[in-house]
Amino acid sequence: MSEAKFKPGERVKVVKAYPLGHVRTPYYIRGCTGTVERICGAFPNPEELAQMRDGLPKLPLYRVRFRQKEVWPDYRGNEDDVLEVEIFQHWLEQA
Amino acid sequence: MKDQGNYRPLSYFQLMEISLRELLVEKGIVTNEQVDATVEDMRNRTPERGAKVVARAWVDAGFKQRLLENGTKACEELGLDVPALKLLAVENTPQVHNAIVCTLCSCYPRMLLGIPPEWYKSRNYRSRMVREPRAVLAEFGLSIPENVQIRVHDSTADMRYIVLPSRPSGTEGWSEERLAGLVNRDCMIGVAVPKGPND
Repeated sequence: MSEAKFKPGERVKVVKAYPLGHVRTPYYIRGCTGTVERICGAFPNPEELAQMRDGLPKLPLYRVRFRQKEVWPDYRGNEDDVLEVEIFQHWLEQA
Repeated sequence: MKDQGNYRPLSYFQLMEISLRELLVEKGIVTNEQVDATVEDMRNRTPERGAKVVARAWVDAGFKQRLLENGTKACEELGLDVPALKLLAVENTPQVHNAIVCTLCSCYPRMLLGIPPEWYKSRNYRSRMVREPRAVLAEFGLSIPENVQIRVHDSTADMRYIVLPSRPSGTEGWSEERLAGLVNRDCMIGVAVPKGPND
């Protein structure tokens, strides 16, 4: 399994890329910056599993917390409202 | 499918299901008994399982802590097997309200809540819950005060989520079973909150 590159509390940015295939990173969150809420463990890469391959080595999976106001500039609601999304390590870069 | 005297042509997916199942049985990959047992098992999973977990967390602080630390392991204590996935319990407090969605498909803690409701899989819920959660919750009849933080959890990968709602006031001394009766499916998705005798 690959090492976890990011620690809880660290600022990370979701890669803004649009590859084809079975990707578990939602479109709306690509390019957004958030904070690592926790490391969930390591799991087989779903993009590989979808191609009937083994998805190994397992990849660290994070829960990243985003401020709604940063995801949707016109968001209506509490300033502190957040969105938490599970994102695999290869979709994250240091912010 | 059971013949209920309702003679409509099979839908595309019904036909696909029958064809695939018959082929798998014919080739000896599964037996009809195994298929029946699996269907039965799925039917037995109902939100009462989740309610049992919530009620236990309300009466047992130690269990609650273990549930928040490792949901899968805590469920095992209650004899509930949550296989091949990790359960994350997220706790509502006076300052925080949690809600669950899967924008990509319909990931859902089936082991604890059973089969997801149709609306959970709808494009409307999936696309709007991350964009305007307060408006969506209001449509469910749930108005979250402006000063309470909303945390929406998008279940995109290997975790599954259950909301641990706040215990309603006026339920002091209630048995676990009676408490569990207050907790319905929607409370554990986060589109409702349990109502106690004072609500």
